Formats: sequence, structure tokens, C-alpha cells
Amino acid sequence: MQIIQPHYHAIARTAQDYERMAMSGVVAVAEPAFWAGFDRLYPETFIDYFRQISEFEPTRAAQYGIRHFSWVAVNPKEAENTTLTREVLKSFPEFFAKPTVLGVGETGLHKSSKNECSSLEAHVEIAMKHGQLVLIHTPHLADKAHGTKRVLEVLAGMNVDRDRVWIDHVEEQTIRPCLDAGYWVGFTLYPITKCSPKRAVDLLEKYGTERILVNSSADWGPSDPFTLQECVLEYRRRGHSLQEAIEVFHNNPCRFLGQNPKFDIKPIRVETAS
Amino acid sequence: MLSPEQVVDTYFLEARHMLLEIAALLDRYDAAEARSGGHPGNGRGTAAEAKLAVLREALGVLREQGPTQERTVALLELFARA
Repeated sequence: MQIIQPHYHAIARTAQDYERMAMSGVVAVAEPAFWAGFDRLYPETFIDYFRQISEFEPTRAAQYGIRHFSWVAVNPKEAENTTLTREVLKSFPEFFAKPTVLGVGETGLHKSSKNECSSLEAHVEIAMKHGQLVLIHTPHLADKAHGTKRVLEVLAGMNVDRDRVWIDHVEEQTIRPCLDAGYWVGFTLYPITKCSPKRAVDLLEKYGTERILVNSSADWGPSDPFTLQECVLEYRRRGHSLQEAIEVFHNNPCRFLGQNPKFDIKPIRVETAS
Repeated sequence: MLSPEQVVDTYFLEARHMLLEIAALLDRYDAAEARSGGHPGNGRGTAAEAKLAVLREALGVLREQGPTQERTVALLELFARA
């Protein structure tokens, strides 16, 4: 089965992960800009990072037959440095012109501070001005519900095309308001700290499959890119057809990411009507 | 060996994860029951309900503040009877 991994921090992973993903059917990954584990101090550090994910990483993925796309952003954890954020934002248009950059992300909130909200607003504004997609990170654990509410409040005050905004890391307590407001949502599967493959399938069964993306993020922390394949297996094991699985794990990423014409992988259909 | 505080700090997120999985299982059961109109049928419902009752009893064991035996032992004995 062909799978698209729509949120994947490839630079934190090994070539062996690419190889195993390719062997398990992954045909494309999309890499949002991420936190490095420490707060960066210089705009140039971000610019080199954006070059890495928009120029070098596609060549590494290509060795395994995987298409690689990326996003640019200042991470919410670094938004307190407002001067840095402003400087890095100036570099975005240069990267929007790259052949594999899909938009702005992951922006969003971590502790939902005033500076974080301002940074989120600035990120969404530049994305909309340049016709880019937006990927929004919502906080983890205790701050999840409050942070997601703040994200929705910030977006509600802006002129955004909701079809082009993906609010990520939603869980049982936050999915409803995001879908009701007309945004795409993402389930991020982690071994311990975020949604699990089984709970993601529960959510798919409860809310249906429209405007939903499933990803395993997979960064430099405790994470596993193959939680996505675990989710595919769980979905199929509960009796959902191959085509239904393809709709969720391949075609939905095509539908959202394909709003940017650079993402040219098309939805597929493997079953014929009988 | 770990201090009491270290035990909690080290394993809190893992325990949170496991409890969420149990909560999801119970929600999944309720949803399945609602879909089937609350009539599992063919005697399978009885066996399923018995297993569910054991799980609920196990959760009760975990709630005890000063158990007379180790919780793991109590649960293993409980599951052995299921």
C-alpha cells in the first residue's frame, strides 16, 4: 500500500529509516521546520536549516525513491525572541520559491504566550500573503486544550482560507472545534506522549475521514516513524477496506498538500466498483 | 534504586499513556455497543461482558491506597480467574 508521511522530521532520522519506510510503501514525506532541542540565536542558523530541508534532504530521500517536501517556520518555542522571528520571517519568500517547499510550518503555540500568539499571527499572515499552506502545531499534554483554543482564537481574527490550514496534534478533546471551524486536522502518533495508533483509528471511526491527516512526526526525541504503519494495520484489522485506508493515508495528504501545485502526487484508486 | 519522586517522574507519562489506552478501549466498546444496538448476540456478549467486568474490577484494585497485597499480584490472580 502506498503511504504518504505528511509530518516527518527527516534530518533527525537515519537513512535506514528512509530505507525501511520505502520498503513499507512510503512514497513521500513532508518535513516541517522544527525545534533543534535548543533555542537558536541567529537568523543565519535558520536559513541554513531551511536550505538543508529544502535542498539537501530531498536528495537523501530520493536515494530511496521517496519524494521529500518541506515547510519553513520559526518554532513556537523560539517565538519569545521577537527580533530573531522578524528577521527569519524576511527569508521566507526566498524559500517559497524552492521547488519542494509547500508553505509555513510548523508554526503554532507552545505555552500560548503573547509573543507566541504574535509570531503565529505573523506566520499565518505571510503564508496567506504568498498563497502558501499553513501547518500549525498545538501544545502537548497539559496545555493542549487551552493552546488549541488560543490557536482558533488567533485564526478567527484573521482573513485565512481555512481549507489551506492544517491544525496538527489534535486529540480527543480538541478535534471537534478544529473540524467544526473548517480546518484540516492532524493526528500525530507517538509511542507515549501523543495520540496512539489505536486511538487514531477510534477517531477516524468517530469523525470520518474528511479533512484528516495522520502522521508520526518522528523527530530526535522518543518517536517512531512506523507508528503510522501501525495505524494503517490497526485500521485494516478493524475491517476497513484497502481503498478506505488509501483514502486516509495517501489520498488525504494528496488533497491537502496538493493545494500547492508543487505537490504533484495524485490520489489513487486501487479497487474497481463491482 | 529510584527515590519515590523519581519513580513518579520516570514513569508518569508511560502510565498516562496506558490509562488513556484503557479509556479508549472502554470508549471503543461503548461505541461498538451503540452501533450494534446493544445486542452483541450469540453468547459472545456474555463472555465479552465478563472480561470487561474483570477489567473494571482491576481498575478498582488500582484505586486502593493501602492494598493488602501487591497490586500486580492481585491483578494477576484476578485475570487468572477471568
